Amino acid sequence: MAENATVWEVFIQSKNGLAHKHVGNVHAADKIMALDNARELYTRRNEGSCIWVVKASEIVSSETEDSEAFFDPSNDKMYRHPTFYTMPEGSKHI
Amino acid sequence: MKEEYFQKKIDAEKKIEPKDWMPENYRKHLIRQMSQHAHSEVIGMQPEGNWISRAPSLRAKMILLAKVQDEAGHGLYLYSACETLGISREELVQQLHDEKAKYSSIFNYPTLSWADMGAIGWLVDGAAIVNQVSLQRTSYGPYSRAMVKICKEESFHQRQGYEIMAEMAKGTTEQKSMAQDALNRFWWPSIMMFGPQDSNSPRTGNAMKWKIKRQTNDELRQNFIDKTVAQAEIIGLKIPDPDLKWNEERGHYDFGEMDWQEFWSVVNGNGPCNKQRLAHHKNAHDNGEWVRKAAKAYAKKQELVIN
Amino acid sequence: MNNLLQYTLRIADSSLILGQRMSEWCSKGPSLEEDIAMSNIALDLFGQANGFYEYASELDGSKSADDLAFKRNEREFFNRQLLEQENGNFGTTTVRNFLHDAFNFLFYTELSFSKDETLAALAAKSLKEVKYHLRHSSNWLIRLGDGTKESNLKVQEALNFLWQYTGELFEMDDIDNKILALEIGVDNKKLKDKWNEIINSTIEKAKLNRPEDGYMATGSRKGIHTEHLGFILAEMQFLPRAYPDAKW
Repeated sequence: MAENATVWEVFIQSKNGLAHKHVGNVHAADKIMALDNARELYTRRNEGSCIWVVKASEIVSSETEDSEAFFDPSNDKMYRHPTFYTMPEGSKHI
Repeated sequence: MKEEYFQKKIDAEKKIEPKDWMPENYRKHLIRQMSQHAHSEVIGMQPEGNWISRAPSLRAKMILLAKVQDEAGHGLYLYSACETLGISREELVQQLHDEKAKYSSIFNYPTLSWADMGAIGWLVDGAAIVNQVSLQRTSYGPYSRAMVKICKEESFHQRQGYEIMAEMAKGTTEQKSMAQDALNRFWWPSIMMFGPQDSNSPRTGNAMKWKIKRQTNDELRQNFIDKTVAQAEIIGLKIPDPDLKWNEERGHYDFGEMDWQEFWSVVNGNGPCNKQRLAHHKNAHDNGEWVRKAAKAYAKKQELVIN
Repeated sequence: MNNLLQYTLRIADSSLILGQRMSEWCSKGPSLEEDIAMSNIALDLFGQANGFYEYASELDGSKSADDLAFKRNEREFFNRQLLEQENGNFGTTTVRNFLHDAFNFLFYTELSFSKDETLAALAAKSLKEVKYHLRHSSNWLIRLGDGTKESNLKVQEALNFLWQYTGELFEMDDIDNKILALEIGVDNKKLKDKWNEIINSTIEKAKLNRPEDGYMATGSRKGIHTEHLGFILAEMQFLPRAYPDAKW
């Protein structure tokens, strides 16, 4: 059986000013091929103005077991949101 | 405990993502379903690719090539989503070559005339759309997202096919008879795409419980037939089923009995093109080995240079 | 046939025939990703062909673009002989395309300054696509040339065989000269030095040897082709010819 190809995760910026979004992966031997393959697969319908490719092995992800500790604490700090605050009646631009 | 939590998520319409705990059978079922879906897209390139060089106009040629190219893309989206379950594309391709994994039986039929391009786009992509729209709500995140992307692209495929059939049906006598002939050959295999009847489908239980599948084979098949009958009438072609009849009470079309012997025969490897499709895929893969090796060797050399 | 029409058909035919060859790779590529890449190249080429055929149709006054593509015979086609060469293996395809892409890149760059607005616009649009094609074929030539011993041998062999078809690229016949004099066409001879630069630098990176100039094939400007074209056209043109009254 052939050796596994390198997997690259692909991020596309659809329009100038927007953030890059993860769209999937491609297989490629080198980074130029990865960019080209990403262009072929993910931008045939004018969906991109910039492409990032990252070797899948380089991606670091948070673990599901940690999600509670990682994310729940931000749930109860409503004072970080503007809707938490009562503004005087009639006040504008604040 | 974990299993309970998992089922709760499913019942609450939450998506399961790659790093989440999942029952081993859920993972296995998904790998099987997603990889077979991917294999189908790729094998499907063959019957349609067969007519690219003979397309009868520049426009038809470009459209067909773009469509077949999309199928390759769909295969890639699905392989990519499948890899999130901890299996490599290479292993999946090996399973296909070892005949441990299957692909949709419809592609084991030959494309004999240009009208087949119309029939396939209209009926086969049409059936795929019914199935895929339903799968957009599947519980596994990467599969669901792949389905959403695929559905966006798929509707041009069906329109391409229907347009071909419509033009031919109102064209010369020879064109009309070519179109009718293609419909005659592809109708039953298309409705067989939805698989065995629910009563005869062993895996449906779990698939529905885990919301991998959102509607049953029979439901999807009925949906497709109801939509397609009217489309055939509009372009003046006749569906080759003498038992096809609108049932006012049910609010659906009644249709004739499928040839289950043919169905199982083709599924089990005895269709007109089974051997040819697999051989073609293997050959392409083998012929490309030296290229993939060279690309790897070159990449390694570059890494050494940088380091 | 008027000169401008003939000049335009030469460009259209080359794009069509190479597009036809590239589309033969569908479902046969060395990887799915490469399958898609080659189909994209084919689509670009068909698009280019279509653009030039539409213009040719205007110049002709009575035939449609499809008529021109599907109803002319072998001796009425003017594509360069290089493009009708078989795909062979991925190495042969890469070499054939590279030799042509390098030329096309230079050709369209010049043509985009044509006094004929339509040709200039078509050239400018095609140039964007050809830049990508040249990137694709050059990078692959380098990967294969500097990959394994086996891949190096395969592309060297292809280069040695296809070299004979490169002479035609730089010919200037009576029509070329007349169209050039009108400041509409391109002086192919002037492209040779730059083409050699591209070829030599890429071949060097690819650890390949540049073949010696020997016999150079010629004749496509007069509708003289290799034995491949007949088969390409027979397959491509069969449906419209078998059903002359049909609209598709």
